Amino acid sequence: MKFWIGAAITVVVGVGLPLMPLNEYLFYAGYMVLSFVVLATAWNILGGYAGYVNFGPPAFFGIGAYSAVLLFKWLQAPLVVQIAGAALMGGLLGFGVGLLTLRLRGIFFAIATVAVVFIMETLMVNWRYVGGATGLQILRPPVEVFDTYTRMLFAVMTVMSVAAVAIARYIQVSWIGRGLRALRDSEDAAECSGVPTLKLKLFACAVSGALMAAAGAPMPMYLSFIEPASTFNLSYTIAALGSAIIGGMVHWAGPIIGAILLGTLQQVVTVTISSEINVLVVGVLLVVFVVAAPEGILGLIKKYFPGKK
Amino acid sequence: MSTLLEVRGVSKQFGGFTALDGVNVSIARGERFGLIGPNGSGKTTLINCVSGSLRNDAGSILFDGRDISGLPAYLRTRRGIARSFQIPRPFASMSVLENLLVPLEYVAHGGELLKGHAEDEAMALLRDIGLADKAQTLSSRLSQVELRKLELARAMAARPRLLISDEAMAGLSATEISEVLAILFKLNEAGITIIMIEHIMQAVMKFSQRVICLDAGRIICEGAPAQIVQNAEVQRAYLGA
Repeated sequence: MKFWIGAAITVVVGVGLPLMPLNEYLFYAGYMVLSFVVLATAWNILGGYAGYVNFGPPAFFGIGAYSAVLLFKWLQAPLVVQIAGAALMGGLLGFGVGLLTLRLRGIFFAIATVAVVFIMETLMVNWRYVGGATGLQILRPPVEVFDTYTRMLFAVMTVMSVAAVAIARYIQVSWIGRGLRALRDSEDAAECSGVPTLKLKLFACAVSGALMAAAGAPMPMYLSFIEPASTFNLSYTIAALGSAIIGGMVHWAGPIIGAILLGTLQQVVTVTISSEINVLVVGVLLVVFVVAAPEGILGLIKKYFPGKK
Repeated sequence: MSTLLEVRGVSKQFGGFTALDGVNVSIARGERFGLIGPNGSGKTTLINCVSGSLRNDAGSILFDGRDISGLPAYLRTRRGIARSFQIPRPFASMSVLENLLVPLEYVAHGGELLKGHAEDEAMALLRDIGLADKAQTLSSRLSQVELRKLELARAMAARPRLLISDEAMAGLSATEISEVLAILFKLNEAGITIIMIEHIMQAVMKFSQRVICLDAGRIICEGAPAQIVQNAEVQRAYLGA
């Protein structure tokens, strides 16, 4: 119940703020932070709960963005349809990646997911209809209700964040989550305890993939432009993975904390110092957390305030 | 007594190495069955094929009259075959109680969680096996004997008809061995068929009604415990000639 009240408040604030006369940059930066929340939350369903480290968020994020572009250019589909179509494509790609888990585990799975990024990028570079290597300028349809596109997308991304977190939370607390944790600890033992490990892994891959693709879907509208190199950028891997590691991977709240912290820090550093330094900052933070607090901020909270959850 | 498990001509190869070579075993309902053999003789491979962790290359495995050799492991568990692992594989990130909730949820309750009920059941199992006071302990913090008990308890939580105990007693002290033996006897009295794989001869000979000895993937001897220890081939397999 407490969760749903919090979710409702988040939605109201996220939709309400852009209607107020605040600085546009707030929403421009806030949108990126929120998309990190979706990305990290989605990544954590497979990476945190099931323990399969996926280096392929850019592939999913990109397939989401390109699905949206395709639907827009081909059918002039509205944003909601673009997001739904992106989620579908991401889910299918996730299912495919899930089949890799049949034979690949641990580091081998991780490496294979990196390859998926390059495959997707190469496909888009060679597909003229969606702009090829040079990219595609997008003429955005007029915005409704909100003053600007950025404000509208901020509201949309807030709703998507809440939806993603609600899904991740449901998976975590349900029998699915227990099954995923069991297979993370030992796949053989899980299987012999009646857990259908392959089905659960495919499910986790598909849901995780669908949400990551959904996070990428509004990106072309946000930038009014799309091109492969920045869309399939491995920095999305770092955003997703880093947020989950810094926040904590065993609980749905971890990726949110991590993404807000990391996303905000990156925006601040980009503006105040430089966009090059911000990559360094993330790197240093990751090293510090992996060494000093492997269970992330949630782990630290648990350690120093044992009573609280 | 009717047959519960029937292994017919099962073979398994790893590359050029033949781990199992046409093994035939038939185990009756309610039987206490011992499986012995020197290291590398194929004991664990055989039960991996029965439990579904491995697929047999040839032959068939019938459980309760139906061929299960094509089924994935989780479906075999749901049909009633549970096992413990030779090297304990606890769900290390979970408490002892949660370890038992996994099979309870996925097998006994068919995926649906009846939360309070499942927990009561898990606690009852932990009391039976003597781990009740560790219910909330993280399973990675358990001692060896506790881990072995957890393996058995978790296998029991799947409500099996056939329990395969893979070296549940290796490395335990004499008192701990008799403790685990007592648990297994009690489970058998409750109607569960048990296959015991063991290197500790006193234990397996005391427990089993019938024993087979594997050597290099083939059954070299089958019979009552007393006959097995007298058998020349078994002595040769274990001691060399």
